[in-house]
Amino acid sequence: MKPSSYALDATFAALADPTRRAILARLANGEATVTELAAPFDMSQPAISKHLKVLERAGLITRSRQAQRRPRKLEPGPLAEATDWIERYRKIWEANFKRLDAVLQELKSKQKKTVDALLDDVKPKPKKRRTK
Amino acid sequence: MTPAAAMKVTTPTDREVVMTRAFDAPRGMVFDALTKPELVKRWLLGPPGWTMPVCEIDLRVGGQYRYVWQNADGRKMGMGGTFKEIVRPSRIVTTEAYEDYWTGGETLVTTELVETRSKTTLSTTVRYASREARDAALKMGATKGLEASYDRLDEMLKGETR
Repeated sequence: MKPSSYALDATFAALADPTRRAILARLANGEATVTELAAPFDMSQPAISKHLKVLERAGLITRSRQAQRRPRKLEPGPLAEATDWIERYRKIWEANFKRLDAVLQELKSKQKKTVDALLDDVKPKPKKRRTK
Repeated sequence: MTPAAAMKVTTPTDREVVMTRAFDAPRGMVFDALTKPELVKRWLLGPPGWTMPVCEIDLRVGGQYRYVWQNADGRKMGMGGTFKEIVRPSRIVTTEAYEDYWTGGETLVTTELVETRSKTTLSTTVRYASREARDAALKMGATKGLEASYDRLDEMLKGETR
C-alpha cells in the first residue's frame, strides 16, 4: 500500500531544510535534548524548537518520556530508508572508488599495450602467413 | 580481477576523519587518477545522476583546484582549495571548502599513497578546525547522502501526484 500523499508531503517538507536534516542526522546517533540539538547551530533555542515541531508533525521524531529532559529521538518508521545516511555517504564513496578502480584498470591495460607494442618493436617479427 | 577492497572510515582524533581504501594499481597511476582532470571527472561524482562539468587542477604548490558537480535538474555544487604540498607519487596536501554548502568550514586534506606489491593504499585524512566543525561536517556528509534519497523521494512524489 502506498503511504498517503499527505504524509509524504509532510516528510518531504520536513526534509527540505538543511538544519532539519542536520538535526535528523544528529538524532540518528542517539537521543538528544533541545539544548544539545541547538549547540552546533548559530540559532536560538526557540528557532530550533520550531524546526523540531516540523519534524515532530512529520512523524520523523518523537519526545521520550524520560524525566524532565524529554530528549528527542528519531522515529525510523516514516523514513526508514533514509535513516542510514552515514551508510549512504559511505556508499557514495564506495561507488566513487569503484569507478576509480575501473579508471585504473583502463590505465593499466593501456600501459600494458604500450609496453607490448615496444616489446613487439624489438622482437624479431614472425613471418607473415598468407591466408586466403 | 580487482579484489573487493573494503573502505575504512575512522576518527583517530577529535578533529580528524580518515578514509582508507586499497587499489589494484601502482601509486603513480593512482596519483594520476587523483590529479588529472580528465581522469578525476570520470570517478569523483557522488550520488547517482551527478556529473562533474568543471574540473580545474593547477597541480603545483600554491595552485588552485576547483570542482563543480551538477545533477540532471541543473542543481550545482562547487568545491575547491589550494595545494599546500605535492610529493609525487606519495603525498598531496590541500585545503578544501564547499562553495554553497553549509559545512564545517575549510578543512586540510592530506592524501597519502603507499604502494605494496603494485597495490596502492590510499588514505585521505580530513582535518577540521575543531571537533564541532568535524561533527557538523559529518552530519553534513550524512545529509549529502540524504540528498540522493531526497531526490528519489521527489521522483516518488511526482509519481504520486500524477
